[in-house]
Amino acid sequence: MRVGVVTFPGSLDDVDAQRACRLAGHDVLALWHGEPSLAGVDAVVLPGGFSYGDYLRCGAISRFSPVMGAVVDAARDGMPVLGICNGFQILCESHLLPGALVRNHHQRFVCRDQRLRIDNATTPWTASYEQGQEVVVPLKNGEGSYVADAATLDELEAEGRVVARYVGADPNGSLRAIAGVTNAAGNVVGLMPHPEHAVEDLCGPGTDGLGFFTSLTALAAAL
Amino acid sequence: MVRVVVDVMPKPEILDPQGKAVAGALARLGVEGVASVRQGKRFEIEVEVAEGASVDERTAEVERMAATLLANPVIEDYRVSVLADAAGRTHGTDGTDGTDA
Repeated sequence: MRVGVVTFPGSLDDVDAQRACRLAGHDVLALWHGEPSLAGVDAVVLPGGFSYGDYLRCGAISRFSPVMGAVVDAARDGMPVLGICNGFQILCESHLLPGALVRNHHQRFVCRDQRLRIDNATTPWTASYEQGQEVVVPLKNGEGSYVADAATLDELEAEGRVVARYVGADPNGSLRAIAGVTNAAGNVVGLMPHPEHAVEDLCGPGTDGLGFFTSLTALAAAL
Repeated sequence: MVRVVVDVMPKPEILDPQGKAVAGALARLGVEGVASVRQGKRFEIEVEVAEGASVDERTAEVERMAATLLANPVIEDYRVSVLADAAGRTHGTDGTDGTDA
């Protein structure tokens, strides 16, 4: 598939995300935040980093960049969109995903290899995994504590929209240990940990993260 | 020209680690009796009001700005108050430093 990876001013992990998509067998197109077009891609990744310096709130200013208008429209039409870390924050600020990400409860930046459980293996970004499978990928954030009101959390749980959960010690204070969620349609996924840093044996904790990027084709093949 | 202030605060039910850190630092400073600290943001916005236009209309626009960009209503509450118009008259409830306009 043709996957677009957006670069915002302050994106850090855009090149890693591009590489992960290539390793998963996709054609990759770099998209620029200032262009109001997705150039015909089949799916979009919003990478990690500190877009617009995290000014105001993480993702708050990126939400209004020209490319996001196109991303929001495409997401509403069903295009697979994955937001990783800062990308997850942007998706929440864009109201494509419920809830918000606030400062870690322990007030420190966390950077470690993190065990996750895949709780929804039906999305275009998780279909390569087994339901309940545990994976280890890096987690690195200062504002990764997922919050939403109780009614929203109950709705996410009831509809199986919690995509991934932290396993073991609580890394950042996320309610109900939520590491990733999806929208009602299931095409938009936000994930605080970084699967794009776990796609090759040479660096990172292994290759557990590759499945997030191969899922696009796994799901297409299953249809 | 009117100066409009938007105060943004984390919702009461949202944990505020920054406020907690400040409260901890105050205790280390030897300040006693600080029960809690909540940290928010204050925006001071100067808004042009055209001849014959109403201040309320412009304030409504600031309200929209607050709800869409300045605050994230999922985690934050906000309050809009007009500090002072060009004549130095204060409006709203938060007029304490309106005289410096």
